[in-house]
Amino acid sequence: MVKDAAVELVDVSVVRGGYRAVDGVSLRVATGTVVGLLGPSGSGKSTLIRAVVGVQQHVRGRVTVLGRPAGSPALRRRVGYVTQGAGIYPDLTVRQNLQYAAAAAGLPRRDVRGAVDRTRVDVDLAERADSLTGRLSGGQRSRVCLGAALLPQPDLLVLDEPTVGLDPVLRRDLWQLFHRLAASGRTLLVSSHVMDEADRCDDLVLLRDGRVVAQDTPAGLRRATGTDDVEAAFLHLVGAV
Amino acid sequence: MGATAVRVLRQVRHDPRTVGLVVVVPSVLVALMAWVYSGTDVFDRVGAPMLALFPFTVMFLVTSLTTLRERQSGTLERLLTTPLRRHELIGGYALAFGLLAAVQAVVATTVAQLVGLDVAGPWWALLGVAVLISVLGTALGLLASAFATTELQAVQFMPAFVLPQLLLCGLLRPREDLPAGLRELSSLLPLSHAVDAVTVIAVQPDVGRDLLEPVLVVLGFTVAALVAGSLTLRRRTP
Repeated sequence: MVKDAAVELVDVSVVRGGYRAVDGVSLRVATGTVVGLLGPSGSGKSTLIRAVVGVQQHVRGRVTVLGRPAGSPALRRRVGYVTQGAGIYPDLTVRQNLQYAAAAAGLPRRDVRGAVDRTRVDVDLAERADSLTGRLSGGQRSRVCLGAALLPQPDLLVLDEPTVGLDPVLRRDLWQLFHRLAASGRTLLVSSHVMDEADRCDDLVLLRDGRVVAQDTPAGLRRATGTDDVEAAFLHLVGAV
Repeated sequence: MGATAVRVLRQVRHDPRTVGLVVVVPSVLVALMAWVYSGTDVFDRVGAPMLALFPFTVMFLVTSLTTLRERQSGTLERLLTTPLRRHELIGGYALAFGLLAAVQAVVATTVAQLVGLDVAGPWWALLGVAVLISVLGTALGLLASAFATTELQAVQFMPAFVLPQLLLCGLLRPREDLPAGLRELSSLLPLSHAVDAVTVIAVQPDVGRDLLEPVLVVLGFTVAALVAGSLTLRRRTP
């Protein structure tokens, strides 16, 4: 059964600073799945993600998100975006960051407290609510970023390298959270340069030099390339073996 | 707008040193000025304009650096993907820093009074104008941050943006005595009108209409800078 596409890109190119950061990419992300956007750094992941959330200038081709052109005002309530590295205020407490995220998302005031409490538990920061975000560890900060995007319960979550620098236990917990969200009908597009996270995704898009090298399930990819893991499959596909 | 103002004020509260500097520095400078010119009547002439100038400069700097940080840290990019409107963001910043500016103006004006500044007009008018001028500094700082890509540049904007206005605002030499060309130029600069407003209060017991004109001009510059600042927030960036 072919599911609806939450995100669909048709022949998308982005020229950034004089070079083609994204070069003729077509892909689809099925609703209710966790899709990994994998590739080495500089492969165009962040640019592609910026095009999906509608903050990238000079996008050629068609980017459709939840049935609308990317960046449409109506999507701002339905798409959550976790930017690479930051996106939250280090000089606010975790709770204050989440409260502001709730306000920015346009949540009615009476719903803010409940949403903040729920999100703190979701990202496992219930105990650190009143800590200054800048004093948290890198992993905890990433979870505050994630919480800020998660809080308004968007239909699509777009995450740019959310697991960078996290310890393995935390990474596993986050991926479990991603799958719980997908099971509840949400869609997640997650970029990573860590190939060993590939097996945690329902579907994979391998990117290199701004082009799609392959799009398949992890198992399908291994089968097609006759390899044991996605890293080897990647090497096989780019002809490096 | 309210949510953004609360957020900015909460950030400021976690940085007591900045609050201290913003509130204390202009007052100290005013007091120092009074001391430097003790025994002369110079302080009576320049004291009131200083109440306009110091808060203007401090708020310009604080605001341009804070908003530059927002532009660069990725928080702005994320915010622009949310339903938050750009004018709510800019308005929230102006509101929060305006409040901070008001505290600063109250303290600086009180100190000026304590160190013997004599003004002919009412103190409440001086206070009100000082707040207005701080908000002008905030609005221009918001706008200036759009043209800086590093903090080093933002700091350089201060001498580039503020010092020429200081030279031409009538403090060093009355504006009507400036050479042709500079005189016209000075009336295009917001700080000139700010100093005009303060000078009216300093020399006229009955301010009334003479104050209204420069105040309206300063207000106009403030609104224009805020509108221009919100136009510089682009949802899509290269």
